[in-house]
Amino acid sequence: MDYINKLHSIHLDILKEIGNIGAGHAAAALSALLNRAVDMKVPNVRVSSFDDMVELAGGSEREVVSISLRMEGDITGSMFFVLSLQQAETFTEKLLGQGKLSSDSESLRRSALQELGNILSGTYLSALADFTRLQVQPSVPELVIDMFGAIISYGLIEASRYGDKAIMIETILTELDEEEASETTGYFFLLPDPPAFRTIFQALGAE
Amino acid sequence: MKVGIADIGMVSPPDVIRTSGLGSCVGVVIYDERVPVAGMVHIMLPDSRLAREGDTNKAKFADTGISELVHLLQARGAMLYRLKAKMAGGAQMFSFQSQSDTFQIGLRNVQAVKRELKGFRIPVMAEDTGGSNGRTIEFDPATFELHIRTVNKGSSVI
Repeated sequence: MDYINKLHSIHLDILKEIGNIGAGHAAAALSALLNRAVDMKVPNVRVSSFDDMVELAGGSEREVVSISLRMEGDITGSMFFVLSLQQAETFTEKLLGQGKLSSDSESLRRSALQELGNILSGTYLSALADFTRLQVQPSVPELVIDMFGAIISYGLIEASRYGDKAIMIETILTELDEEEASETTGYFFLLPDPPAFRTIFQALGAE
Repeated sequence: MKVGIADIGMVSPPDVIRTSGLGSCVGVVIYDERVPVAGMVHIMLPDSRLAREGDTNKAKFADTGISELVHLLQARGAMLYRLKAKMAGGAQMFSFQSQSDTFQIGLRNVQAVKRELKGFRIPVMAEDTGGSNGRTIEFDPATFELHIRTVNKGSSVI
């Protein structure tokens, strides 16, 4: 876990800034899509055990909707946009309109969610690429509805080859509900593979 | 009793042992029906040679995890020739076409676990592996039943 032991506060600040810029652009894109105000919380850079990671977003066994992709290019890693089932339903209603949908409405809902994830994660990653001036190509995002732990653990596999901890940039999107209280809209989890950190820090002159 | 990711645990009746949110990881239970002790390991990678640095967590890999579990059971009085196994997990949650060494990791985890068990001549009594769904498993050392819960495919007992 050499790469983790070498992390200094300037590195953590850089990773936080990546979350800030990436999710900030994604929040703006979501705002435009839904035509309502979407905000974000200050990003968390987590340097934690795998067990701590899978307990985020409601816990390992919680059924969630995830739009996931792999990053390839100058840096590799995994990215997950995670929604609660209820939030996913709210989104599809807003995107498709309420009312009766035809018999293949399930596949329509899925493709609406998939497209939403495409747009948001693509926005996040192009902001990351602009900021670092690195080439980052996203894979085709995949929609999976399953236990959070079973999904996010895929993003921990590369880190597990280097030790028993991982580094994750977590950003939470929020919306104001009817009582003007801040409500979680969705989570971005960015898990660069261990070799990516050095590339990112080098690109920003902070190795 | 809860077993974490890349973790190993032992249990005796009336307690049960569980691990949650298995995706590509594999949960393996090994038990001796004549000795009131069973063990579970939550395996993440098929081979300790995939480790980039000297890795001391034996539970993480199929090759080191299975032999560690066998040794722990033997230390508690289990006999190697009586050991039996049940296993679940090893799903392929995503179909990304990746160039990385961890491509099809779920399938490779399952194959590696079976190879290790075969090396110890431990029979696999039941399994629920592969597919594309997450699993939470719980083993009862009193009945030797492995309970499997999924969110898309219901629950089962093997």
